[in-house]
Amino acid sequence: MHIVVCIKQVPEIERVKVDSGTGKVIVPEDSSMINPFDEYAIEEALRIKEKHGGTVTVLTMGPASAAEALRSALALGADEAVHLMDPAFDGSDAAATATLLAAGIGKLDKVSLVLFGRNAVDTDASSVPGYVAGRLNWPQVLFVRKFVELSADKSKVERMTEDGYDTCEIPLPGVVSVVKEINEPRLPSLKGKMRAKKAPIATFSAAALGVDTAKVGPNSPTTIVRSQPPPTRKKGEILEGEPDDVAAKLFDKLRADQII
Amino acid sequence: MNFELTEDQLAVQEVAREFAEKKLKPRAEEFDTEARFDMDLLREMGELGFLGIIIPEEYGGGGMDAVSYMIAAEELTRGCASHAAAVGLSNSLYGYPLLTYGTEEQKKKYLPGVCAGEKVGAFALTEPGAGSDAAGLSTTFKKTDNGYILNGTKIFITMGAVADNVIVFATSKKGSGPRGISAFLVDKDAPGYEIGTIEKKMGLKASPTTELIFSDCVIPQENLLGKEGHGFRIAMSTLDGGRISCGAMGVGLAQEAFNIAVKYSKEREQFGKPIAALQAIQFHLAEMSIMIENARNLVYKAAWKKDQGQDYSLEAAQAKLYASEISTKVTHKAIQVLGGYGYIREYQVERMYRDARVTELFEGTSEIQKLVIARYLLK
Repeated sequence: MHIVVCIKQVPEIERVKVDSGTGKVIVPEDSSMINPFDEYAIEEALRIKEKHGGTVTVLTMGPASAAEALRSALALGADEAVHLMDPAFDGSDAAATATLLAAGIGKLDKVSLVLFGRNAVDTDASSVPGYVAGRLNWPQVLFVRKFVELSADKSKVERMTEDGYDTCEIPLPGVVSVVKEINEPRLPSLKGKMRAKKAPIATFSAAALGVDTAKVGPNSPTTIVRSQPPPTRKKGEILEGEPDDVAAKLFDKLRADQII
Repeated sequence: MNFELTEDQLAVQEVAREFAEKKLKPRAEEFDTEARFDMDLLREMGELGFLGIIIPEEYGGGGMDAVSYMIAAEELTRGCASHAAAVGLSNSLYGYPLLTYGTEEQKKKYLPGVCAGEKVGAFALTEPGAGSDAAGLSTTFKKTDNGYILNGTKIFITMGAVADNVIVFATSKKGSGPRGISAFLVDKDAPGYEIGTIEKKMGLKASPTTELIFSDCVIPQENLLGKEGHGFRIAMSTLDGGRISCGAMGVGLAQEAFNIAVKYSKEREQFGKPIAALQAIQFHLAEMSIMIENARNLVYKAAWKKDQGQDYSLEAAQAKLYASEISTKVTHKAIQVLGGYGYIREYQVERMYRDARVTELFEGTSEIQKLVIARYLLK
């Protein structure tokens, strides 16, 4: 079984700042890492491989620095890494990214399953997995917490919902995004790290992928009108005193603010 | 001259640091309080490659250099000294003598399991009456038709309570000195093998330190390690390599305590400003940083000489002596920087102070290191 895990290199969110004057997002250069949710997708792919055999390919679209994310995945045990990289891809939105990833998956040998993390912590959109499934015309199940059954041509999974879970069965090939409840990701081993440093990474440019650059990168359908930092939270107020008094004060305040 | 770590060494540092940060550090206080060693973590350290980092790949190890080993030892110790001690044990005290003096069959039989963290190997030299006087053993062996019979008691055996196989040193006759000593690979299920008291210690509490008792313990001939009468040589050459990793542990404890002290000094305010703005604190930090830097350089130099195939006994003793003594000093100062909070468990540095103290004692006390050093200087 050939499993592809789509990963994204993201900045350490707590170190990202937005210049409130220019609206420009400032990302420190040394702050890149694999999107934490993608680590669960990598782990699940490795576990499936260990149980059923097969190969795991990690796939990303991003600038040259994104190769580091691929190497991190190789250190964990992925077999192959594929990097979609072209200046024409810079600035791609979710829809354009999905077009590129789907084209990349199309270049790979007999893919049975495409895994994603539930969302990227930088954009928080959770939209790429669905777009990719659409581009490939494959079935999708998002927010999966468990693979119940898996065979060459179908899979039964549990999808998290707000109040429980659904059991879904899909034919393969298919697209699945996973939640962090699915497993506990492993850490890289010394051997894995050494192997990853020297492993080849296949790169595909726009020409190699055969994609129309008129719809990706700066030509993505999304237009960013304005960026601004999230509003700072107002300082909280701590009511002190005996519980009865505090409850009364709280009630008065909530009433005054017309919350109750 | 080049003070840069290689790319491979930096990768080792990154892997070890991530494991220590995520798996050891968050639970180190709990392990210490409960005096509990986590065998799952041992297996994980095996899977990740730490337990056999300097053991050749053909025996399940990583085949890496001694400098990489020291880097890993320092980083793991920053997370939890008790669990890091298991890495020193498997590589230096058990792995090295087995690799250097063992037969092919012995190496194939015992090393892969220990490197993988599935089995535990231990090293048993010290006795109630033979500590610094390591040749003055009372544990005796008697040759039989198809092996040996061992009698005696060993103490302070790291991981003794959970060991599957132990390298045990015994003498043919009490009082016969270094030449009478031989080394044996003793399985835990050997008849007459018994685990004695598990010691309650000042520090390194999560690492089980145990008494081992041999009562007419039967050892098959093939479990003699090296040649008869070569035991003392095996023990001494083993301790040379082990000393460097003891130094690395000292550096790790000092570095971690220093980091905590720096962070705390920037956050803690007294007299209307962070205490880091006070010279009294700055002087402590400056002194701590120099001690750590010196100790790490000694450790790296001894390991580097080992990697070059040069004699490193002098440097190993210097590194062990200095790094262990500054480990106690730096962790002591870290408590001072934290003031009363430093004396509270939650702030971690008091554990590091307790853990650091043993580095001045195990694998040769400071006084023994000085004798070793002087012997080289006066040669």
